[in-house]
Amino acid sequence: MLRRALLLLLLPLSVQGQELTVSAAASLADAFKALTPGFEAAHPGAKLRFNSAASGQLLQQIAQGAPVDVFASADEATMDRAQQFITPPSRRVFASNELVLVTPPGSALSSLADLNLAGVKRIAVGKPATVPVGRYTQQALESARMWQALQRKIVPADNVRQVLDYVARGEVEAGFVYRSDAQIAKRRVRAAMTVGGHEPVRYPVAVLQGSRQPALAQAFVNYLLGQPAQALLQQQGFGTP
Amino acid sequence: MLLDALASEPLLLSLRVAALATLCALLLGLALAWLVARTRLPGRGLLEALCMLPLVLPPTVLGYGVLLLMGRQGPIGAWLREQFDYSLIFHWHGAVLASTLVALPLVLKAASTALAQVDPELEAAARTLRQSRLGVFLRVTLPLAWPGILAGTLLAFARALGEFGASLMVAGSIPGQTQTAAMAIYDHVQAGQDEAALALSLAVSALSVVVLLASNRFLQARPIRRHD
Repeated sequence: MLRRALLLLLLPLSVQGQELTVSAAASLADAFKALTPGFEAAHPGAKLRFNSAASGQLLQQIAQGAPVDVFASADEATMDRAQQFITPPSRRVFASNELVLVTPPGSALSSLADLNLAGVKRIAVGKPATVPVGRYTQQALESARMWQALQRKIVPADNVRQVLDYVARGEVEAGFVYRSDAQIAKRRVRAAMTVGGHEPVRYPVAVLQGSRQPALAQAFVNYLLGQPAQALLQQQGFGTP
Repeated sequence: MLLDALASEPLLLSLRVAALATLCALLLGLALAWLVARTRLPGRGLLEALCMLPLVLPPTVLGYGVLLLMGRQGPIGAWLREQFDYSLIFHWHGAVLASTLVALPLVLKAASTALAQVDPELEAAARTLRQSRLGVFLRVTLPLAWPGILAGTLLAFARALGEFGASLMVAGSIPGQTQTAAMAIYDHVQAGQDEAALALSLAVSALSVVVLLASNRFLQARPIRRHD
């Protein structure tokens, strides 16, 4: 009895043959969940699993050998650093986005300059080293010559959804997220303005060399570029590639 | 490089947070241990269990609980903000609070065990010499129980030094403000900065070993007992 129980504990977690693990930037979480039924219907037996975190964090997991089939990043720079782990011909840009300044509901902030006001004590920004939205934010604030001056106010966040959460809870007076995030949380945060002065926000996707199901992984990449997935992404606030 | 890590800003902040948290946990833990071991307060068992909770709860539950109470929309947080324009969230004080909560069980358990081992007859004898209850506690009980209490306090300090999850949720990881060694290591690993992560990890490990060795020494020192 005891021995059987011990053996049960040691068994691997059940893995279906057709399971596809997709490491996707945090901002893609809801959109990918929404397009799962369509993909699984088109590929009977296939089962999608999502691993959602900051793109830089996902890259580290892949570099350390995480069993991932597809990688979707929120910037080209992170995908460039993943070059040695992906099959280069599979790499495609499938969506774009915009950087948005969000505040808790009822705030009157309306410009980047307002961030200098004394009433703005904390600003949530993704950690530039690992979080693409943080890197776009840094570029935008550097273009506006405000990055240095705002350092004392910045609260670093682990991914874009953490920025969104800090703002929604009212723990910070402002934060920088993507248009699609602001749309998802439109009841909890207010989109104050679209922010420019940064590289275009583009989402590349690629099949990983270590994938055990490269054909199915490629099918997922193709599906992202197809009409149904594109319509769904745009409905969720993403732009065309 | 190890020396640089030992003198780095995150590690110094860790030491400061852990020292303050240990002090808070010690005072709170002693008072609670006295209530548990020396009084017949109804519900003291439940009180002890509640204070021991941080030892077994996921740090996320603890962090979330602190956020709910002390956050801008939380009852205590909103009050502090209105009255004093003060907030623990994203402030290193928040890390002290979280570390105090995780360190408290270790002080409480060690102190209540140590207090329970003190011979009540010695305390009774002191009372016949017209010592007040507090006088007995300070002059007789505490001196007899201190090795155990000190061992627990050092263990609590080591635990506070390693606090991560709850502090991260409450105080965030703001470099130069709330980023402790544990958080800096996390950020370094996430960003693939292995050398920095390793140096800081070794520094924290070395420091913790020293504290644990000291704690063991005090545990082995037996309190003075009456000869039967």
